[in-house]
Amino acid sequence: MTLSLLEGNEAVAWGAFDAGCRFFAGYPITPATTIYNTMLALLPPAGGIVLQGEDEIASLGYCLGASMAGYKAMTATSGPGISLYSEHISFAIASEIPVVIVDVQRLGPSTGYATKGADGDVQFLRWSNSGGAPAIVLAPVDAADCYTLTMQAFNLAETYRCPVFLASSKEIGQTRESLDLSALKRPPLQERSMQPAESEYLPFRPAPGGQVPYFAPIGGRVLSRQTSSTHGENGYITADPKEVQALVERLDRKLTGAVESFSYHRLWPAPGGETLLITYGVTSRAARHACRELAAGGRPVAHLVLKTLWPVPEELLRAAAADYARVLVVEANLGQYVREVQRVLPQKQVEFFGRMDGKLISPAEIKEAVRA
Amino acid sequence: MPEKTLLNHSRPPIFCPGCSHDQVLRSLDKAFLNLGLAGHQICMVSDIGCSGFFDVFFNTHAMHGVHGRALTYAAGIKLCQPELNVVVTMGDGGLGIGAAHVIAACRRNLDLTLLVLNNYNFGMTGGQYSATTPNEAVVGSGFLNKLDKPLDLPALAAAAGAPFVCRCSTYQKDLTETLERAITYKGFSVVEIHGICPGRFTKRNKITPQSIAQDLAAKEQVCGEVAANQRQEYGLAYGREAAAQPALPRPLGIEPLCQAPQQTRQEVVILGAAGQRIITAGEVLALAGLAAGLHASQKNEYNVTVLRGPSISDLILSPEPIAYNGAQRPSVVIALSHEGVERRRGGFAGLGPEVLILQAPGVELPPSAGRVLAMDFKGMGIKAADWALASLAVLARQNQVLNQQMLVAALEARFQDKTLAAVKETLARVAS
Repeated sequence: MTLSLLEGNEAVAWGAFDAGCRFFAGYPITPATTIYNTMLALLPPAGGIVLQGEDEIASLGYCLGASMAGYKAMTATSGPGISLYSEHISFAIASEIPVVIVDVQRLGPSTGYATKGADGDVQFLRWSNSGGAPAIVLAPVDAADCYTLTMQAFNLAETYRCPVFLASSKEIGQTRESLDLSALKRPPLQERSMQPAESEYLPFRPAPGGQVPYFAPIGGRVLSRQTSSTHGENGYITADPKEVQALVERLDRKLTGAVESFSYHRLWPAPGGETLLITYGVTSRAARHACRELAAGGRPVAHLVLKTLWPVPEELLRAAAADYARVLVVEANLGQYVREVQRVLPQKQVEFFGRMDGKLISPAEIKEAVRA
Repeated sequence: MPEKTLLNHSRPPIFCPGCSHDQVLRSLDKAFLNLGLAGHQICMVSDIGCSGFFDVFFNTHAMHGVHGRALTYAAGIKLCQPELNVVVTMGDGGLGIGAAHVIAACRRNLDLTLLVLNNYNFGMTGGQYSATTPNEAVVGSGFLNKLDKPLDLPALAAAAGAPFVCRCSTYQKDLTETLERAITYKGFSVVEIHGICPGRFTKRNKITPQSIAQDLAAKEQVCGEVAANQRQEYGLAYGREAAAQPALPRPLGIEPLCQAPQQTRQEVVILGAAGQRIITAGEVLALAGLAAGLHASQKNEYNVTVLRGPSISDLILSPEPIAYNGAQRPSVVIALSHEGVERRRGGFAGLGPEVLILQAPGVELPPSAGRVLAMDFKGMGIKAADWALASLAVLARQNQVLNQQMLVAALEARFQDKTLAAVKETLARVAS
């Protein structure tokens, strides 16, 4: 085992690079800037492109243009930048443009505190678009996840043609930790399905047997048509109720109907235990400590670490919670994801513990919440 | 052979009768044909508003997005498809809301063509005033347009660095030729095309092709290359610079070469101030852990200020993979500045006699049961900026958390050449 020392943000950049990302645009913002720094060191020498946008709106706009030209593209920011990304998140969702968006969350609300962490954006990421269509949000726990989940994020963005968020945080992104990058299991790369040659191209007609349209890059031989307007399969603006309804239902179905195939998680069951602890992000690390200590003290607690937050992996939640009467959700916010857990598990006793003051939630606090 | 038109047969133009946009559309089509371009060699990128239909009416690659941002998509496309002719259409509305992107595009000089179809108002939403509405015009924004000075786009573009700038009328005879010049110019070209909005603007304002010609004649004549802004096109310049960049090597691991003095989880808290290179020292300690085959975590805490305020690094070295990485039971506290100590003042009371506290000169410690070792950095001739690193050497001499071999391996992994030599020289003073 040969370990190197990497920030979560650096691991994101390497994951993107190894996933084939060759376009990055971003605006400097703590605590996400080291992703930009690393991409700037990585991509141009490898023939890729890195831009510093004049603002966050432009940064994501550059990525959308690059993605439509056939490149795998990524941007990275923190909460205030996600606010500015919103109009382009809507565009990417509505118009099925693959892109990976990293949110290295800082303490909010608003500009908050740049060098403190929290998980305050997890509902924001889901609902950051006009129209309410779903998005994919993955949540890393550590630097190793930053690498692997970034690769998965590209795979999902390509497969489902949508923006995929990585909900990191200051506590993961800017924490250095030992990691054997070469020993991490790399998911096989997936690419967007290209328009087969010699057939009529309807840019938003789902490919046969699927929910996702073929892709034809802008600049290729086949004319590619992209629009943020409500569109039919032909890519032209339309107000036809049937076409519109078919589009919005497909945007929903293609993700919510597939989430079982990308419900990334870790589950530690506790046979005979009564409580299932549910965490995501850096809080999961304190929760692991707490669970070990509780088990050592004769009180085993099951633990589910969610790495896919959106769409809500409902089947996973139901299966993981089946054997436990009580579910405790611990989050570095005032109770955001617990709403989803309550919605999916109405028959369970679902409780919440959380805090959003810029300090890590500690194992001792979690143990206390479990014992309460 | 290119077709006789690149206009989209399935989507005929739907501009208002008499709309200047319709004439610009046909002129642009002629320009494309005169240049011998086929549809797949062109991407129309359009903004919001009536100019936002341009992409629909052409049989080319097309991208239509949100208001004011067309130039951003165009730049992404052009950088990835340098052979493509990328033409952006926006109105005076898009110019206003997207001004930051217009300025950025002028400064950048990527080979795009921007056509700003200036009809002095927001046609689609009811004729509100835009960035170019004359003060004397009567528009849908009440008196507001009397107060804001109309924007002179060619002047702005030239000031921002655009190498090709043109102000022209929809109705001038050489519009097609002007568009051809803009498209073939190797760099960012900005063409402001004045025209009539019959749907809104002419309802309450007398404006004709002749009056536009008179207005333009009264302004500075701008149409062509801006001498002061000639330079290499961005994509070419980018490729040149990128080719000269060294590749980033993959993260190199550190081979374990010795055992750490303690084989249990060790937590070290470095309490310092910005400018004391606390984060660097923390990184060196983490690397030292790797040199002993340990897992390591470095979590930092500092304010948003750069050279002011506390700087704290929480280190954990452990033979086991590290889950929770907040400091719980430090075995060593390194107190290097008042700011850092103040930030963690509350933690001192809980420190037991097994905890080693390294105290830098002039740093007062809150009461605790910890074992205090005062470090005589002044006597050793070590500057405050080196105290953090030097305290690692002190720790190594104590054979606590790290040893000399781990420290040297870490320094050699972190620093090179002259810096490495200088650091080693400084730390040697600790040993003496």
